[in-house]
Order: sequence, then structure tokens, then C-alpha cells
Amino acid sequence: MSDRLAPTRTAEFEARLKKRYAAERRFKMAGLGAILFSVGVLAFLLVTMGFNGIGGFQRAEMNVPIDFTQAGLSGDPAVLAQPDAVQTLEAQGLPSIVDFYAEQKLGAEGAAHISASAWRLVADRIIDDPAILRGTATFSLPASAKLAAGLNGEGSPEMRALATSLAQQGKLETKLDLGFLERADATDPQQVGIWGALKGSMLTMIVTLLMAFPIGVMAALYLEEYAAKNRWTDLIEVSINNLAAVPSIIFGLLGLAVFLWIFPNMRSAPLIGGMTLALMTMPVIVISGRNAIKAVPPSIRDGALAVGASPVQVVFHHVLPLALPGILTGTIIGMARALGETAPLLMIGMRAFVATPPQDFTSPATVLPVQIFLWSDEIDRGFVERTSAAIIVLLVFLLLMNGLAIYLRNRFEKKW
Amino acid sequence: MSPAILLVLALGLGLAGWLAARARAWTFRRDSANGRIAALPVYHAWYVALWIVVPVLLFVGLWSVIAPQLISQSVLASPAASDLPAFGFQRDAILSEARSVASGSAKAVFNEAANGLVEPYRAAISRYNLIGVLATLIIAFLAGAWAFLRIKPDFTARTRVEKAVMTILLLASLVAILTTLGIVVSLVFETIRFFGMVSPLDFLFGTQWGPDPMSNPNSPDGSRYGAIPLFWGTIYIGAVIAMIVAIPLGLMSAIYLTQYANPTLRKWIKPALEVLAGVPTVVYGYFAALTVAPAIRDAAFAVGITNASSESALAAGLVMGVMIIPFVSSMADDSIAAVPQAMRDGSLAMGATTSETIRKVLVPAALPGIVAGVMLAVSRAIGETMIVVMAAGAAANLTGNPLEAMTTVTFQIVAMLTGEGSFDHPATLSAFALGFVLFMVTLGLNFIALRVVKRFREAYE
Amino acid sequence: MVTVVHPNLEDTNAKMSARDVSVFYGDKKAIDDVSIDIPTKYVTAFIGPSGCGKSTFLRTLNRMNDTIPSARVEGEITLDGEDIYRSKMDVVQLRARVGMVFQKPNPFPKSIYDNVAYGPKIHGLVGSKSEIDEVVEKSLRRAGLWMEVKDRLEDSGTALSGGQQQRLCIARAIAVDPEVILMDEPCSALDPIATAKIEELIDELSGRYAIVIVTHSMQQAARVSQRTAFFHLGKMVEYGRTSDIFTNPLEKRTQDYITGRYG
Repeated sequence: MSDRLAPTRTAEFEARLKKRYAAERRFKMAGLGAILFSVGVLAFLLVTMGFNGIGGFQRAEMNVPIDFTQAGLSGDPAVLAQPDAVQTLEAQGLPSIVDFYAEQKLGAEGAAHISASAWRLVADRIIDDPAILRGTATFSLPASAKLAAGLNGEGSPEMRALATSLAQQGKLETKLDLGFLERADATDPQQVGIWGALKGSMLTMIVTLLMAFPIGVMAALYLEEYAAKNRWTDLIEVSINNLAAVPSIIFGLLGLAVFLWIFPNMRSAPLIGGMTLALMTMPVIVISGRNAIKAVPPSIRDGALAVGASPVQVVFHHVLPLALPGILTGTIIGMARALGETAPLLMIGMRAFVATPPQDFTSPATVLPVQIFLWSDEIDRGFVERTSAAIIVLLVFLLLMNGLAIYLRNRFEKKW
Repeated sequence: MSPAILLVLALGLGLAGWLAARARAWTFRRDSANGRIAALPVYHAWYVALWIVVPVLLFVGLWSVIAPQLISQSVLASPAASDLPAFGFQRDAILSEARSVASGSAKAVFNEAANGLVEPYRAAISRYNLIGVLATLIIAFLAGAWAFLRIKPDFTARTRVEKAVMTILLLASLVAILTTLGIVVSLVFETIRFFGMVSPLDFLFGTQWGPDPMSNPNSPDGSRYGAIPLFWGTIYIGAVIAMIVAIPLGLMSAIYLTQYANPTLRKWIKPALEVLAGVPTVVYGYFAALTVAPAIRDAAFAVGITNASSESALAAGLVMGVMIIPFVSSMADDSIAAVPQAMRDGSLAMGATTSETIRKVLVPAALPGIVAGVMLAVSRAIGETMIVVMAAGAAANLTGNPLEAMTTVTFQIVAMLTGEGSFDHPATLSAFALGFVLFMVTLGLNFIALRVVKRFREAYE
Repeated sequence: MVTVVHPNLEDTNAKMSARDVSVFYGDKKAIDDVSIDIPTKYVTAFIGPSGCGKSTFLRTLNRMNDTIPSARVEGEITLDGEDIYRSKMDVVQLRARVGMVFQKPNPFPKSIYDNVAYGPKIHGLVGSKSEIDEVVEKSLRRAGLWMEVKDRLEDSGTALSGGQQQRLCIARAIAVDPEVILMDEPCSALDPIATAKIEELIDELSGRYAIVIVTHSMQQAARVSQRTAFFHLGKMVEYGRTSDIFTNPLEKRTQDYITGRYG
């Protein structure tokens, strides 16, 4: 009996053990694979956007020297200081002057592919600095969308040939286009800019923050510190938890049916967009705010109560200041989500073509993600790069916000 | 513009009241025998400031809603308005043009008919602005004076201010209920209007979807409002394709991160997953439309399927699945972490390998939580809009072929509300009915999931 | 009356007195019919095994139990003859008059200075900066902490050692000039040296305030208190002069506890 091996020491067991270890390795590899896939997709997405987006920050431009001494423009500074100076210059024939010099430099074929509104750039330069009218100045003017596509090796063969020959003569080149960050939407991909949408986003986010933050924090304080355990409190809690999970498009329907019914004249205004997003962001702030408030140890409250602080003083002197970093972290994350939100804003009409940056909270506006959506629908190849560039701008803002949230979390994280 | 000015005015008046009341309370304090009064001066200050700001804010809120109506009415009553077309878009367009010129947001009118209305508008706006400012001042003064006269050395200002604070906090928490109510009421209201035109049976059980926003709104063709293809597309993309991607990958990621990964890897991978979750849906949509869909179509061509469409359910579903991975992963992470360490130790102590412990002990124990997480993920996927709008297509196909275009509930909501139809048309209203269905389904999924999670947590506490 | 009160308690004037006080948590009765007089300028110790209700009873004396939603108090507790549970009683004022020090030191995560100045500020006891400075210094001196922290008043209160934190909490309590100080096992989280300092401090303070201390250490009760009440299972079993309770207990349960038969 004594030489019979225990069942865990037999050769069969060891063979099984080998298999089990193999299964263990396979399982582990599958887990690693899942993670690598996710990270890989993220990297691929970012690289694709980055690669396409670089082109979006550039545009094909042609150098045109203009000799203003021959142009016959009256360079009266008083006239140029008027708000309608652009119209005055147009009336004085600036567009044909630009065409003339373009033809001289680029030939008829090339001049035909200067962007139609290029003279406006010249006009803006003149208004900024009337002194250039006394000599010759060289302008880098955007090419037409077709020619730009040709330079990228797309479009019709003629265009590609023309672009190649102009480029070889050094007349056409791809230049960094920082104006993309300063202009608004346009129909020509060479003329579009992101500033209009960016400003719309900022105005919208201001409204969202001003509404969602105070209401969210106050609701969190009430629920965590004061609310009695009863049906009303339960109802509020259930509402908040459900609102946090309601699809964003439903908030758009709410904004459309309620806000636009109350303010019928404010279609596509940042005010309405911000209010709609505020309702969506508020539950996020409440939930993260409650967690931050819960993390403040009860002993602090006891200490304050024991020296005779009233419940309101306890909260506003002690609990809120201590919970604030946590609340801010949650708020920033909620705001970042709101900044990337598209669907509800489509519902309330923020999808219009808005060629001038919004003036205030009630003027028609669009926002970054909606601008991306609108450009993504354009067929013109130039818009693909512009869309990716807009996505880069949006992602940079989101990254900054998330970075700030992580910084706050690490900087103020307290172990009690 | 005017409400903003009134707002600043309200805050300025509140500050003035605050300073005046505090100064007065300090004089009480100086004059009192022992240098003490019933409440700190700062509470007297807040008491008066609240009495000024709250009524003024209520007035400003009300005024910003009714003032535009009063302005339009007075413009319409002016003689210049008598030549306006009786009703319809043209009339509204002329009015809004005149208004934007009068308020300075536009320089000139395109429509000559608006020219005559600019002056009446300008006059009405300035008249009602003046009335608004005057009313604000009067309200602030009356309320402030009343509050100011009430503060006395023995006035318990702190208790009153704190009561007001508590009331404001309570009201803030009621916003959540109001929002829910607002959603339900507006969806139900428009859905009932829709069902007044199209039979609910046609809507819920019909298999043909193709509303025509240009058709006669008074005699809608019920057979064009069958939402079954939309429901099918939604479920097929959101609950089938996306989940086939998201569940295994999310679950395995969570398992690897919680059970195998060393802390350094964890430190880097978790934020990366958070970034993946933070990428806006419009970016995913663009990615799906620009990169994934063409790749799938090309792959289909390569294996000999020639009828693959460039917008496919598969592209939208795959990208949506990727978007959901971090969500499933973090839910699974929480559920596995909630399983007591003792269970894991018990299994390991018998000589089970890590993977055996995970598969036979941890995952079964965490299953309720994981299932609830998947339900939440599904509810998020079927409510997702931008990916399907950009990549799934508009055709309401009732098919099982993932390479064909399919449409979803959210896609049609966007399509119906951003189209040309008027607000009274059944095609437009159908969006609210679809929204209502979506709301109820996501609500139901969340409700069940949260209950399951709660019971699961309690079981291990 | 279940409590055995030693007959030889001379008639000191009672600062606080409880009459037939019972405390409920929901349906559970945590304190059963306790009556006691707490004299001023003495230290009264509550002793008893853990879970006997001594801390619960202590917290009824400045209504800190109000923070527990399910807690309910029956009977009457008076401070200078005024019922502190009457509806018109201002809890804020009550807690300013009846201060409390907790088991674990809980300084606010603010500067040492702000910790002490907080109470006087919210109660409006001080006006100018110099008045606040004065109160802070006086309170810290009385708490025996001044010499240790006078050069770093702007440091965070949480950066101090455990014993210093607890003395800071005592300074915080006496800064509002209370009449009664409740101490809930103030030394249980401290090392022996810090404990000795706190006990010394209690001794110094006892000439000025009515002090009630809950302790699980009979030695501590014997060292610092003049009056002792023994609690058991929610009831106050015996109350008398500390020396009498420890040398000559009248109740068997008291005797068993003191001689270490349970606890």
C-alpha cells in the first residue's frame, strides 16, 4: 500500500497539469490581446486623424506681387479707417487689380485658380497697414479648391498637371495655414476656419457651466447632507440616476420641445444649446459631487458641530471646501463630455451654416463637434483634411480638460 | 442682450444691499452693550441681499420670456405691419429680419418689406427695455427696503438666511425631477399627437418605414410609418454587432487588468481606456465612415461579395463596439473587485490556477454585476446617435446581412427633425414617438440593471 | 429607580441634570431611564464596558445625537435649569455652551490658528484681528499647546502629532468659552505620554468648567475624576464619588467590572 502514489503525484496528473498551464497561458494571452486591441484601435484612430489633420492646417497658396504705385487706389487713411473700407476698396476696383497681377505672375490659367475671394485678404492687409500702398507688396493667396486638390494628386488630370507645373515653377506651394484657427465656416475648403465653431463651443460651455455647476453642487449637497430619508428623496435619486443614463439625443428632444417653445427666436443660439447640455451634465456633477462629499470624513462635521456651527455653516465652511477638488474633477469630466456632444445640438438647430463667429449668447452659432459632422458630409477632398484638423482641435481641448481633471485628482487626493 | 443687463443690474443691487445691511449691522454691534447681536453682521447682509436678488431674478426670468412677445405684439399693432402677409413662413421671416436689424445683430435687410418694420421694432425694444429696467429697480428697492427695515440687533438673520439656503438647495435638487418630468411630458404630448394621425398599431408593428415629410399632413399613409425595421436595425447594430465586439474584449481587458497586469501597466492602460471612452462620438462616427466602412466594403469585394454597400451595419456596429469596450471593462472591473478576496483565496489554496479561479469562481460570482453592466452598455449603444448617423445609412432594411445599410431609431429621429417638414407633420412628430420608445427602453434597462447591481452588492456586504 | 446613588454626595450645584432619560435608535433602546446631576468645577467620569451606552448618553448632553436620523431622546436634560430638548432651544447656542472633544482627534484641515479661531468667529465673540489673536493665544495656552506651536500657527492642524492634535481640539473647544466640556474617550487614540499630558490638562481645566469624560480605562477615571458613573447595558448602575465607587462599590455589577471580571 505504501508505494502507491497519491493521486496528485501520478504521471497523469502531471500531464494534466501541463495542459492546465497551457490553458492558463492562452487565457492570459487572450486578456493581453484584448487590451492591446483596444489600445491599438485608439492609437490607429489618433494616428489616422493626426495624419489627415496635418494637411488641414495647411493650404495651397500662390505668391502674387502687387505694385500698388501703379494700381491707382486712393490710400486715404481716413477712408480706410471707416467700417465699410472693404466695400470702398471693392468699388475702387481692387478685385480686378488682384486678378491683373495674378495673371502677370501666374499666367491666365494659374490666375483663374486663385480663390475667388482672394482680394479680400489683400483688402484686409491694406486696411491693417495702408503704408503698403506706397510700394510693391507680395501676397500669398489661397488657390482654388480644385487646384489644391490637384496639388495633392487628386482631381482631374488637367488640374494635376497644372498644379505640378505651377509647383515646379515655385509659384504654388503648401503653406502652414494658421488662419484656420481664426476663420469661420465657408463653402470653400480653402477658406474655412474653426474659430467660429470654437467660439460657439466656448459660449455654449459657459452657459452649461454656469447652469449645471451651481445646480449640480447644490443638489449634491442637499442630497448628501440634509435630505431626509423619504419617498421624495428616493424619487430625486432615481431621477438623477436615470438622467445620467438617458441617451443624449433625448435631451435634444427636450430642448426642442421645451426651450425652443419658450424662446422661439433662439434657434441654434448658444444659450439654448448650453441649457440643453446643462441638463445633461447636471446629473454627472451631482453623482461625482456626492461621492466627493461622502469622502469628507464625518469627524470633521462632528468637530464643527461641537463648537456650535449650524448645519449650514458646517457644510459651507468645512464640507464644501474639502469636497471641492473632487467636485471640480467630476465637473470637468462632465464638461468634457458636453463639449464633445453632437446629437442634442442637432435637434435644437445648431447645424446651420454659420459663416461669422457668434457675437453673443443669443446669435446663431455652431459648435466644434457639429462643425465636424457638417464638414464630414462634404464631398470635396479638401474637407476631409479640414475635418481631421477640426477633430485634432477638439481632441486637444478634451485632452487639456481631462489632463486638468487628472491633475486636480492627484494634487488634492487626500487619504483621511 | 437686455436680460444680461438686467442680470448684472440685479447682482449690483444685491451687492449694494449687502454692503448697506452689513454697515447697519456693524453699527448695531458697536452700540450694543456687550458688543454682541443676535447674528453676525454678514448674515444681516446676506438677508437683505437675498431679498433683493431673488425677487429680481424671478422677475428677470419672467420678463425675458414675455418681453419678446410684448414687443412683437406692439410691432404688429403698428400701422406698418398692416401690409404683412397674413400667415406662414414669409411673415415670420420678415419679422425676424426686422428684429435682427433693429437689435443690431444684422446690418441691412434682404427683404424690402422688412424695412418699414425696423423703426417700430427699434421703438418697441427700447420702450420695453426701459420698462424692464424700471421695474427691476422698483422691485429691488421695495424688497430691499422691506428687508432692510426688518434688521434689528435682536433679529435672527442667520436662521432666516439658512432657511433660505436650505430652500434653494432643495429647489436645486428638484431640477432633476423637473427635467425627468419635462422629458416625459414633452415626449408623451407629441407622441399622442402623432398617434392621433397614425395608428399605434401601424407604428409598432408595421414593417415599412418611409415617411414623406412633403405629403399631405392631414391624410398620412399609415403603412409608411412601420417602425419594425428601425427597431431591428437598432437592436442588430447596438445589441448584437456592438456587443459581440464589446463583451469579450471588455471583459477580458478587465480580467487582465485586475488579475494579471502589474501596477505599472495598469497605471498606463487605465488612462488609455479612459481616453478611449472620452473620444467624442462624432469622432468615432467620422472614423467609421471614413476608414472602417470603406475597408469593410473593400474586404467584401475582395472575397467576392459585390453588393456590399459603403454604409453598412457592420461598420457602425464594430466602431460602436470599440466605443463601448471601456464601459464594459470598467463595469466588469467593479463587479470582479466586489467579489470577496476570500473566495479567490479559497480557490487558489486548493491548487487551482489563476485562470481556473477566474473562470470557475470569480466570473460566476461576479456574473450578476457583469450582466447588469452589459445591460447598461446595451442601453448606451442603442441610444448612440452620431456613429449610426454617419456610418449606418438611411435605408430601412429588414435584413440580417451585416454588410447592408440599416437605419436605427436615433438616425431617424435626427433625420425627421432636421428635415424640411413642418412641426405639425406626422413625419416630424414620429421622431418624438421614436424618442419615447427609446426613452422607455433605456429607462427599463437601466432600472433593471441598477436593481441587479444593488442586490449583487448587498449579497457580498 | 435602578441607579444606586451614593448618599454622601454633598450638594454641589448641578450644571446639567438628566431626568429619566432614554435614548432610542429606531426601536432599539440604547439608554434606559438615566438620571444624573453633573456638577460644575468637577470632572465626572462615565465608565463601563464597551457598548454600555456611555458615549451615547454623553452625546445627548449637547444634542450631537441629532445628527443621527433615527435617534430619539425621551426624558429631560437641563442646562442651568433650562430644558435643552425644548423646541425653542437653539442647538447652535447649546453646543457653544457645551463643547465636545472626540475619541479620535479631528482638527479641521486648516491652519492651527484657524482651527482655534473658527468657533469665536462664527459666534461673533470677536471683532478685530487683535481680539482673535488674543483668544487664540489664550486658548492654546490653556490647552498647554502654545509653547509648542506659537511659531507655526499657520501650519495645518493635521500636521501635528496625535497628542498635539487632541490638545488643539481641546483648545478649539475652550476658545468659545463653554460652560461644560464633554470628552468622549479623548485619550484612546494616543500614546501613554500624550495621554499623561491630556490628563494633566483635564486636571487644570476642571477648576473652570464642568467636565464630563467617557473612558474605558478605570485607572484614568480614578486619576482624573471626582465623580464616577458606572454604565452597564444602557443603564446607569451606580453613581458616586470616584473614591467611593472604586473602593466601596455598592452594586455587585460595579464591583465585578472594577475588579476586572468582565469588560
